[in-house]
Amino acid sequence: MADTNLDDFIEAGTVSLGIPLEEAWKPAVKANLAITLRLAESVTEFKLPDDAEPAPIFKA
Amino acid sequence: MAKEWATATAFEIAAAVASGQTRATDIVEDALARIDALNPKLNAFTAVTAKRARARARSLDANSNKANLPLAGVPFAVKNLFDIEGVTTLAGSKINRAYPPAKRDAGLIERLEAAGAVLVGAHNMGEYAYDFTGENVHDGASRNPHDLAHMSGGSSGGSGSAVGGCMVPLALGSDTNGSIRVPSSFCGIFGLKPTYGRLTRARTFPFVASLDHLGPFTRSARDLAASYDAMQGPDADDPACTERAPEPVTPLIERGFDGLRIAVAGGYFKKGVFPEAIEAIARVAKALSVSDEVDIPEAARARAAAYVITTTEGASLHLDRLRKQADDFDPAVRDRLIAGALVPATLVNKAQIFRRWYREQVLKLFERYDAILAPSTPCVAPKIGQQTFEIDGVKMPVRPNIGLYTQPISFIGLPVAAVPVPLEPLPIGVQVIAAPWREDVALRIAYALEQMGVAAAKRPTVLGG
Repeated sequence: MADTNLDDFIEAGTVSLGIPLEEAWKPAVKANLAITLRLAESVTEFKLPDDAEPAPIFKA
Repeated sequence: MAKEWATATAFEIAAAVASGQTRATDIVEDALARIDALNPKLNAFTAVTAKRARARARSLDANSNKANLPLAGVPFAVKNLFDIEGVTTLAGSKINRAYPPAKRDAGLIERLEAAGAVLVGAHNMGEYAYDFTGENVHDGASRNPHDLAHMSGGSSGGSGSAVGGCMVPLALGSDTNGSIRVPSSFCGIFGLKPTYGRLTRARTFPFVASLDHLGPFTRSARDLAASYDAMQGPDADDPACTERAPEPVTPLIERGFDGLRIAVAGGYFKKGVFPEAIEAIARVAKALSVSDEVDIPEAARARAAAYVITTTEGASLHLDRLRKQADDFDPAVRDRLIAGALVPATLVNKAQIFRRWYREQVLKLFERYDAILAPSTPCVAPKIGQQTFEIDGVKMPVRPNIGLYTQPISFIGLPVAAVPVPLEPLPIGVQVIAAPWREDVALRIAYALEQMGVAAAKRPTVLGG
């Protein structure tokens, strides 16, 4: 996700989730989200096969 | 009297109480007096349960069976995310102060008391356990017992401060990404983060369900083993708690490290490390005659995946509070949780897929080695409020980097004994990492290091003398 779109994403996301967001909080939220997305990208770029199972396994 | 029991181990206290050499009442009064004297400096306790502790001690003194209680008369306290009957469970927050008092003790408190230990209070902690510093905007920072200007480490900061400061010989904390191992390192004490699912989390306030562990802090390896043994066992009240029968480690810890295959973690675990952490690892490796180095594959990515799962599961836990009481959070916690709430589920699932792959790779290493050594923290305790430190000439933020070496390990639930290396002026910890369910291996090594004098909980300056 391009960093330049994060402001709009944060605005839409917090409104959709019903989370209040004051103007003063936005820079820190954006910085934290950018770090998380960057770290997530390092995980997603590591290719694993389609049948790789996630760690939590549901048992009926 | 005040100094006599201050640095005593739980083992020594229990032996003295069980044999009738001293009374549980005297031990508890001594601990309460020390808490009164030191808490204004260390800010480790948010509640002292003196009335309950005195009643419990009197009951123990009247108990004709106390010789059979392995922790008879041992004072202990818990991170304030553990339920204590009649006390509101704060979890380091302002918000939870409005919640009603707990109706029943946490499962691990019940088990320690069944073994003869005496609860004396609750410890300060980072808000909702989302912290590596031991700082708290509502209660103030808990402080390092070796230098009050320095961090205790988080998020179980008060627990580290209290055991490191000799207020109590035993404390319980939680570890999601390093919150037992970091305070152990900064405060110079022993800590055990058991295998994920080993100890019940019943009636404790959660943070990240798939990563949360509970465990003890002590001033000796033997006390880690004794308290851990007292707390093992299945519990239907925690869905993640194992159904394995208890596997006592106390009878095994004196076996030494002969025959154990041990390696030092290289690669990722040697980057960004300060000289004191290098020195600590070198001392431990030398004492254990370890020359092998092993690369834990994709540890940086493991840390990244742990970060993603933490922030999103944490945000899910707190979503309702973010909607209704966002102003009442510590701003640093709130801003991270709001960001976490916005992370797409596709990325979280990718992190969980990576987690299984990574687990399989690391478990292969344990076919070759019984234990792996790694720093607990990159450095000794930074100063309270310190925002940056310099690694290889590059200025880095302190907060997220404190857990650099703990996160890739707890991510897959491996057991770790964190051992304190008594450097001057501040101590630092080393992780002894074992395969799942092999706490015995980690504790054997911790005990051997303590016997050789390489690992030790040194006397804190706050105690004087």
